[in-house]
Amino acid sequence: MPKSYADLLREARAQIREVTPQDVVALPADAATVIDVREDSEWEQGHLPGARHISKSYIEQQIEGAVPNRDAPVVLYCAGGVRSLFAAQTLADMGYTNVASMSGGFQAWKGAGYEFKTPVTLTTEQKQRYSRHLLIPEVGSEGQAKLLGSKALLIGAGGLGSPAALYLAAAGVGTIGIVDFDVVDVSNLQRQIIHTTDRVGERKVESARKAIEALNPEVKVIAHEEMLVAANVERIIAGYDVILDGTDTFETRYILNDAAVAAGIPVIHASVFRFEGQLTTFIPFEGPCYRCLYPTPPPPELAPGCSVAGVLGVVPGILGMLQTTEALKVLLGMGETLAGRLLLFDALEMEFTELRLRRDPNCPVCSDAAVEARKAGRPMQVDAVGADVPFAMTMTGAIGKVSPEARA
Amino acid sequence: MTTVYIPSVLRSNVGGAKTLELQGDSIRSVVDALVEQHPSLTGQLLTDDGELNRFVNVYVNGQDVRYLSGLDPPVAPADEVRLLPAMAGG
Repeated sequence: MPKSYADLLREARAQIREVTPQDVVALPADAATVIDVREDSEWEQGHLPGARHISKSYIEQQIEGAVPNRDAPVVLYCAGGVRSLFAAQTLADMGYTNVASMSGGFQAWKGAGYEFKTPVTLTTEQKQRYSRHLLIPEVGSEGQAKLLGSKALLIGAGGLGSPAALYLAAAGVGTIGIVDFDVVDVSNLQRQIIHTTDRVGERKVESARKAIEALNPEVKVIAHEEMLVAANVERIIAGYDVILDGTDTFETRYILNDAAVAAGIPVIHASVFRFEGQLTTFIPFEGPCYRCLYPTPPPPELAPGCSVAGVLGVVPGILGMLQTTEALKVLLGMGETLAGRLLLFDALEMEFTELRLRRDPNCPVCSDAAVEARKAGRPMQVDAVGADVPFAMTMTGAIGKVSPEARA
Repeated sequence: MTTVYIPSVLRSNVGGAKTLELQGDSIRSVVDALVEQHPSLTGQLLTDDGELNRFVNVYVNGQDVRYLSGLDPPVAPADEVRLLPAMAGG
């Protein structure tokens, strides 16, 4: 016998437990998974703090990913309390044993004067462009908005910086700074895929800007067309949230390390040699810094650069993409970074090896004693390469009090 | 015998071998055996005083020996020792 809407609603009410907004607001944090089953346009107008969004039309497909444990407490809500009842019935049919529907829905919640959150809204074009990010629950529109508001600095638009710049731009990292004073040479094109044959002779920062703007015009490119040295490093890196080290000299790597530690900015480090690469993430004071890992640089014959030793073009490509992966995790605040771990890549063996790293308690740059000494105005002596005078401890870090635009 | 991984930048000193099996019960004795067999490595790995150069990191089973106990960390036959200098290329 056909059933009317009223019949269906009556059956749902009989089957599903209903809770009030007062019950939900009184729930301790993490006591239940609260799911908003309304449509996207309704969610964007505001939602319960901490709620997840799975529209009713996707509830069957996505609930197992969101709530794998079928006995876990779940509260559904919609605008007025009807759609969530039917959605809760579906969950009960799927074997969820502890599902409730919030009566009166979001309207009743707002009417009671409870706090609600308005999510970041992306434009229609952004929703299309970043749709594959938005589908990942851990990224979503909140994460994408974070990326759009983030600033990443590439030291070098070469073998490592090329794929990094392209993937950062594709991911929608809103501001990409590039430090490079070189011009595109035809011998770069075997690996530096951001540049093109018809741009040979152009400044690398401008060539990279063209490629980034062609890929994602929304990204702001800041060109720092200068060599990174002790005298300019603090000015250049201030205000960036993360730095990708793709240089090819030890001097630059040490100067960058020392300044980034003082500024509190994470550095994703990579270096390559022929068929091999090394990768790690330096998060100031959470893990070691570059000087903890390598207190002094090797003599030139032990560490030749790509222009001397050569490199299989794809190796910096792989390492640059791994750097980008780390950078995106740092920006999104998710996952386990390589802080405290050194990843070695051997393309010939197709082998990844992981080594444990530690903060050097005697590090002249990042150890507690070094920081205290600097604050007291008697900085520790830094031997080997680097700046003669230690950098000031600003620790502005990801907070970014100076805009990169102002320093370009 | 302990397996010692030779970084590619030093392999020309050991006839191109990626790993060598060396006898020794401590890092120091394994490195001594290495430079005895391949004297051209002496200047690359050791200071004039016979200590390991600070620009060559040594890992035993993935752990940096600088943070293992004692000055002469022991190694067992099954251990993997890895010599690792910094790389410059970008």
